[in-house]
Amino acid sequence: MTKKIKNLNLNFGPQHPAAHGVLRLILELDGEVVEKADPHIGLLHRGTEKLIENKTYMQAVPYFDRLDYVAPMNQEHAFALAVEKILGIDVPIRAQYIRVMFCEIGRILSHILNVTTQALDVGALTPSLWGFEERETLMTFYERASGSRLHANYFRAGGVHQDLPVGLERDIAKFCETFPKVIDDLENLLTDNRIFKQRNVDIGIVTKEDALDYSFSGVMIRGSGVPWDLRKSQPYDCYDQLEFKIPIGKNGDCYDRYLCRIEEMKESVFIIKQCLAKMEKGPIKTFDGKISPPSKKEIKQSMEALIHHFKLFTEGYRVPEDEIYTAVEAPKGEFGVYLISDGSNKPYKCKIRAPGFSHLQSMDYLIKGHMLADVPAVLGSLDIVFGEVDR
Amino acid sequence: MKNLIDLEKKINSELTTKINKTDIKHNQIYVEVDKEDLIDVLLFVKTNKDTKFRQLIDITVVDYPEEVQRFKIVYLLLSHEFNQRMILSYFINENEVISSITSIFPSANWMEREVFDMYGVNFKDHPDLRRILTDYGFEGHPLRKDFPLTGHIESRYSEEQKKVINEPVKLEQNYRNFDYESPWEGTKYIKELTKTDDKKN
Repeated sequence: MTKKIKNLNLNFGPQHPAAHGVLRLILELDGEVVEKADPHIGLLHRGTEKLIENKTYMQAVPYFDRLDYVAPMNQEHAFALAVEKILGIDVPIRAQYIRVMFCEIGRILSHILNVTTQALDVGALTPSLWGFEERETLMTFYERASGSRLHANYFRAGGVHQDLPVGLERDIAKFCETFPKVIDDLENLLTDNRIFKQRNVDIGIVTKEDALDYSFSGVMIRGSGVPWDLRKSQPYDCYDQLEFKIPIGKNGDCYDRYLCRIEEMKESVFIIKQCLAKMEKGPIKTFDGKISPPSKKEIKQSMEALIHHFKLFTEGYRVPEDEIYTAVEAPKGEFGVYLISDGSNKPYKCKIRAPGFSHLQSMDYLIKGHMLADVPAVLGSLDIVFGEVDR
Repeated sequence: MKNLIDLEKKINSELTTKINKTDIKHNQIYVEVDKEDLIDVLLFVKTNKDTKFRQLIDITVVDYPEEVQRFKIVYLLLSHEFNQRMILSYFINENEVISSITSIFPSANWMEREVFDMYGVNFKDHPDLRRILTDYGFEGHPLRKDFPLTGHIESRYSEEQKKVINEPVKLEQNYRNFDYESPWEGTKYIKELTKTDDKKN
């Protein structure tokens, strides 16, 4: 006698510690094997793009912190670059180094979180305890520069909001000396760990072709052996004056992506060191008084500066009519801003291209045929943050 | 093609009538096509050995409510091989149905769902056209310019009914949109001034 077996539908989330946020994943299981995965997203949708259309260019910056809240300044960078290109303004060299340095700090922040939580998802607790201590140090650097640990609102079109406080450069340099030791410690715990390898090697394999077809970028495409990094191929700010290597994977599985992230952290430390060495005293934002606010000292003495200050913070600056797409290499992949300006003080349209959106889309393709227990491992290696996926 | 000017020539000569307009600015190529020619043009730029726009970066829509052809559909493409970006666009009316490109780029699936959700543009032959970002049972298309910033519905927990309920939005004060019709202009004259100063020095 034969018995008909029905597939089991399993609801993973919306609140699940391994979902890295609010993801509702509907899994169709045949025994323990996943047949189909249907991610339901949008639980963190805040209408960022709509809000930006109703705010001035300067007021739009903080919304970018709230997208990928693990590496806030990298998102601001994309928007600042887009506005700068339309306005056609140059950024002083010191501001470029500061921005690149903080973007690399953001990259380390994001990769620590991802590597350690991925380890947590497959059963290792210690890496996250060690890693989060370093994240705390890095967020203190954010706070000292911008006044806020997470939602920095630090980058502006034409530079950064304010200069670095005294002693910060020294402390970041100190961090660069101690941090490689922590990466080594993490690697000691994970890289040759038998359990970690069993859970990650040959799981969630992405071929080169599929990585292109599914619009992958960042570590997801480099893990599959495509040497593509926007910092090298389409350099922005001062990346073309810095030396760094692009680690790429071979097999395109979860383990290779983990290795890429570890290597990228080492490269980031190297970039930060170069920035610190090359950074000289100088202006940190454009002198154009119609775009960047005057100094407090000037406001006290000059009527014109006072008017500029008032107009900048009420009306904001106007951006000529144009259409542009600008992308940066955020820790998670290509983060882009498609901006349409209409000559007023508000963007007419601002589409945000989040890398996580297309990565999560491929969940069904990645997980098909894997076991249920592999879901958190694959999800972890995609590096999903719902702030940017849901926008 | 190694540079954008060659690429522009190539596209114009190979696709002739299918291309309405090409333009190069900000180191990107902007191409305007007709709605009917979209599939042909995309297949060409994806497969041709001189273009190789293998990756679809994003699909989006720009809403111009006062125009007859209200929506501008925009496709952002990237060629890894030649390190170039293309912005492909065309205009449609409000109720027009356009063809899905999921068969050419699998990643278009969610992007088209997002466009459908946010702007209410319908796609022909899409495998699974559902809302994606908004809530289950949501009505309206939030990114259209005529959709209010505050939305129509707000949710709260009702103590009497012991559940989350939806109500029409009630605001003490409406969102105020200031009209800045001021003579305060952009940045031109400062730049000119510094230029003339530089010359003098």
